[in-house]
Amino acid sequence: MGSRARTVNVSSTGDSNNVVNGMPSYAPPPPMPSSSSSMGIDATNVLPSRISEFGNLEQSLGFRVEDAINLSRNPLFNQLQLKSNSQALGADVQFGALSKMQSIANSDINISAAIAGSQALSLQKDSQPNLASTSAGHRENWGESNMADASPRTDTSTDDTEDKNQMPERGESSERSKDKADQKTLRRLAQNREAARKSRLRKKAYVQQLESSRLKLTQLEQELQRARQQGIFISSSGDQTHSMSGNGAMAFDVEYARWLEEHNRQTNELRAAINSHAGDIELRTIVDNFMTQFDDIFRLKGIAAKADVFHILSGMWKTPAERCFMWIGGFRSSELLKLLVNQLEPLTEQQLMGIYNLQQSSQQAEDALSQGMDALQQSLAETLANGAPNPSGSSGNVANYMGQMAMAMGKLGTLEGFLRQADNLRQQTLQQMLRILTTRQSARALLAISDYFSRLRALSSLWLARPRE
Amino acid sequence: MDRVKDLASKKAAVIFTKSSCCMCHSITQLFYELGASPAVHELDNDPYGRQMEWALRSLGCNPSVPAVFIGGKFVGSSKDVISLHVDGSLKQLLMDAKAIWF
Repeated sequence: MGSRARTVNVSSTGDSNNVVNGMPSYAPPPPMPSSSSSMGIDATNVLPSRISEFGNLEQSLGFRVEDAINLSRNPLFNQLQLKSNSQALGADVQFGALSKMQSIANSDINISAAIAGSQALSLQKDSQPNLASTSAGHRENWGESNMADASPRTDTSTDDTEDKNQMPERGESSERSKDKADQKTLRRLAQNREAARKSRLRKKAYVQQLESSRLKLTQLEQELQRARQQGIFISSSGDQTHSMSGNGAMAFDVEYARWLEEHNRQTNELRAAINSHAGDIELRTIVDNFMTQFDDIFRLKGIAAKADVFHILSGMWKTPAERCFMWIGGFRSSELLKLLVNQLEPLTEQQLMGIYNLQQSSQQAEDALSQGMDALQQSLAETLANGAPNPSGSSGNVANYMGQMAMAMGKLGTLEGFLRQADNLRQQTLQQMLRILTTRQSARALLAISDYFSRLRALSSLWLARPRE
Repeated sequence: MDRVKDLASKKAAVIFTKSSCCMCHSITQLFYELGASPAVHELDNDPYGRQMEWALRSLGCNPSVPAVFIGGKFVGSSKDVISLHVDGSLKQLLMDAKAIWF
């Protein structure tokens, strides 16, 4: 059903702006005080609606129209009309008007809520002077394609001819059709009842679904609240700020994803600029922006490390291949430089020296930091392993243990410092590289670095997706 | 502070550390790698350690260790040392102070 306008508001207020579902038989209960279904038709009905698709309407109307037609023929119907204080709701009123929306829209068709009964497929009528009685007076956009609107004459309704539609709008009594097959009428009525019943059931199911969803929503909100209190960062949807509004691993992952997107965009921009032989000034701007991006991620890592250093160090925020070749929470500067040297030709003597020295310096710094990390690990191991059973008794053991733990905790705290220095090294190396290279060379270098990492990430994806026996 | 300055001027490269500090270990290793033989003073093994630490902090060194002096002048903590090393300045400083010759 294409036009499935869903009525969310199933309360009986029948908000006039509600959209009902295109399904003919689905009719959320309208506030229908008086209309009863003496004919067994549920007086649910007509909520004002917008029919988005005329075609659907016609189809759905078709069915209704038939019923309406038959209904109108039924003497009972007249009774019903009387009950519901609609005005002159004869079948005549509703003749074929249904089959054409315009005609309905224009007509003063009176729609009897009762008639509309189960099938109220409402048409939107902007002006509804003669709204059916269903206390619909307050509804602005009421249009109902009531069954009652159907032309009383035809059984197929949707193809009612125009003149037919227009003709019987007013006042013709239903008596004249009475002599038509009553059988048909009865059948129609039965179908009506059936449809009404189905509609009711559907409505019930929908309401139940809504209720359970509501409960679920409340539960989720409570969980969210609890999680927030525990300090887990939950990013709200639509949060556009760049600042880290929370702490923790998840927050960083979110920030990193965002950073990566921006990074990729800038890479494409860089690539386009290089390929189009852009001028130095333009390239310089792009390169500077690129470096600012790098500064950003280092800053974000710093903040995240304060909250959860192990998350950064473990590299869980990176793809598997990246993670494998990581060094203290990131890339190895010296490796990067080795990759670049070949791609950066031609380099002047001075530049070559500069790059070579830079490579050596970063290698030395990396080694120094690595040795520091090794020393840390060793020291930690010694602290934890120092569990010689204390002969003085259990209390001594506990004190010993706690002392050990306290010392170990202190040592772990220095991890953040190592990560910070490693990132510092990465940052300094990149900046120094840019000082050695020309603008154009810098642009190409940054592009090469970007491409290398994106290929590494792609490799991870391929690896993860590889077919396994 | 006097003690700090005093010790710092005794050798071309002087590093104040703590025995438990692994970052100090890193920086010291870097100096060895460069061929310098820094004088290493462990604050936690010095009777005036606490005052010295306070003095180092007042120089702007944060964290207080490792604190690096080259040619008697305060250079900085680990972050400064790494930055200087990357852009080649550290080597130059060491050469100027005759801590290394090449």
